[in-house]
Amino acid sequence: MAVEGVATTIERGAFDGLLTAIARSGYELIGPTIRDGAIVYDEIATSADLPIGWTDEQDGGSYRLRRRDDEALFGYAVGPQSWKRFLHPPEVTLWRASRDGDGAMAIESCEDGKPSYAFVGVRSCELHAIAIQDRVMVGGEHPDPFYAARRDGALLVAVNCTVGGGTCFCVSMGTGPRAGPGFDIALTEVIDGGRHYFLCEAGSEPGAAILAAVEQAPARAAEAAAATAAIAVAARHQGRSMEADGIRELLYDNYEHPRWDEVSERCLTCGNCTMVCPTCFCTTVEDSTDLAGAEADRTRRWDSCFTMDFSYVHGGSVRASARSRYRQWMTHKLATWIDQFGTSGCVGCGRCITWCPVAIDITEEVAAIRADAID
Amino acid sequence: MPAATPTRSTLARPKLAVWKFASCDGCQLSLLDLEDELLTLPERIEVAYFLEASRAVVEGPYDLSLVEGSVTTRADVERIREVRRVSRHLVTIGACATAGGIQALRNFADVGELAAAVYPSPSYISTLETSTPIAASVPVDFELHGCPIDRHQLLEVISAFLARRRPAIPAYSVCVECKRRGNVCVMVARGTPCLGPVTHAGCGAICPGHDRGCYGCFGPMETPNPGSLSASMRDLGAETPDLIRAYRGFNAAAPAFRAAGDAHAAESEAEA
Ligand code: SF4
Ligand code: SF4
Ligand code: SF4
Ligand code: SF4
Repeated sequence: MAVEGVATTIERGAFDGLLTAIARSGYELIGPTIRDGAIVYDEIATSADLPIGWTDEQDGGSYRLRRRDDEALFGYAVGPQSWKRFLHPPEVTLWRASRDGDGAMAIESCEDGKPSYAFVGVRSCELHAIAIQDRVMVGGEHPDPFYAARRDGALLVAVNCTVGGGTCFCVSMGTGPRAGPGFDIALTEVIDGGRHYFLCEAGSEPGAAILAAVEQAPARAAEAAAATAAIAVAARHQGRSMEADGIRELLYDNYEHPRWDEVSERCLTCGNCTMVCPTCFCTTVEDSTDLAGAEADRTRRWDSCFTMDFSYVHGGSVRASARSRYRQWMTHKLATWIDQFGTSGCVGCGRCITWCPVAIDITEEVAAIRADAID
Repeated sequence: MPAATPTRSTLARPKLAVWKFASCDGCQLSLLDLEDELLTLPERIEVAYFLEASRAVVEGPYDLSLVEGSVTTRADVERIREVRRVSRHLVTIGACATAGGIQALRNFADVGELAAAVYPSPSYISTLETSTPIAASVPVDFELHGCPIDRHQLLEVISAFLARRRPAIPAYSVCVECKRRGNVCVMVARGTPCLGPVTHAGCGAICPGHDRGCYGCFGPMETPNPGSLSASMRDLGAETPDLIRAYRGFNAAAPAFRAAGDAHAAESEAEA
């Protein structure tokens, strides 16, 4: 629920007070931190765990950390992971069955309680991605209890983007860079001469309650304007764009476009794009039994429309060629998703471009089809 | 074995045999590495022939034969036919048995010259010109890849066999496991060439988890595209000899890797 409120400012020196207030409210803090040459999401305790003074340089198939010339906490775009890792984990055991000595069967659910995550540093595109996954996972007739348990308890602390990522195109997709609805707290980081502060807004009652416990001051017009200007820089410097108008019809009309053949020569069908995409939700379930034949369990794992098993139907895969698999992925993201869930499945985060080992670029593919459309 | 009331499984324990051809024994050892499950195994399966573990030999036929190693001699050819004859199910384990192994590098060279370089009396050596996978000699029911195989996957294959279900051994890329595990991609973030995108899953993406590129131990994935990957590896600085070496490893003779290695070898000749 949006709370009618005035923005306030929190000084950098008081920022750890915000993290403490969140933790005191019973949340487990998850935020950006540096590991193995990238900014990943993991448990954090204090601001010292954040990527202070680092940014990311991204392009097709390439990601590098770079030093900034300031001590910004959130001066980067997005890393390889998304919050999907926590809300819709890569591997979940669903249930376990056991047979006792008399052959009697017992089945137990493996629902794992209700974690209360506070996600610190959620970008605008990621808020949209979470909203999309909400529709997919809990918006239908059969809500997923595992997702619901994680999602219900989650606190979303958004951070407005102030750097334009090399592969970002949220402006084209209408998903950023300023955080829209859905956050509990939204922050904009401003470094202005010697002063380092955060403009802060509450987006919900729990968010407002946490903020009330933090040392802050009412925001002045100049501070709010500085924050808006910082966000405008991110919008201006995005490395990618995509013309999204009429994209559903474009892709439906160009199912046989020669571009699909070209991209399929490069595509490795490795599945990296779907794994990093914050909206891709597909999973497979695998059963395993123990040697004694006394226990069995069913595990759900992230799957991808780039695997052969994904479209395996009695005797073979329906999408055996790389062409049909890439086409399925892109068409689902940008066209059939709209029919299925009412929005695009792409929020313009750029991860599929950066983390594709051969730099296949969804924005380039759309542009190529559009430039030479069959209809 | 406890003398408790016989369960379904102890009444009719399938007979297991483990056979060795040209190999290093590493894959069979992963059976002994199954520390936690090793004690349950004999309750469910009669280990009838496993020289690495026991000299006691039970006569065939066998319900499940695990075959390690490649075919490199004329005697091997005869013996694998005999193994097939006495085995209801035959599962090959490891890169040697499924692709010819590292010793298949001889397939790209002259065996006589190699033997002369290695052995003081090469005349004692009686060997075939090539090292070939078991499936080139006899029909195989399931192939478990890896150099060495992953012991959890071996356990899955045996358990699936006992439960008469299809083993859950996915043939997609190492990248899928790599991302599930939460690794940061070494190719994208470090510029380190990695064979993960063309390699069969199974190891759990161990090497990228330790900041190394994948060496392709599990052989080609289901729909590999080495040509495209090589182009990216070149962009990262790999040169033709590096690419030849990348594909000519433990799975050099697996068709997709052989084709890629041969293509780069031809480039190398053209460059020379
Ligand atoms: S398709 Fe690519 S750019 Fe779009 S949301 Fe997914 S990962 Fe991000
Ligand atoms: S694009 Fe593929 S993996 Fe992603 S949600 Fe659609 S079908 Fe699933
Ligand atoms: S588009 Fe790129 S990341 Fe996606 S499957 Fe193809 S090669 Fe892999
Ligand atoms: S490190 Fe290698 S295996 Fe992992 S995602 Fe990157 S290319 Fe694939």
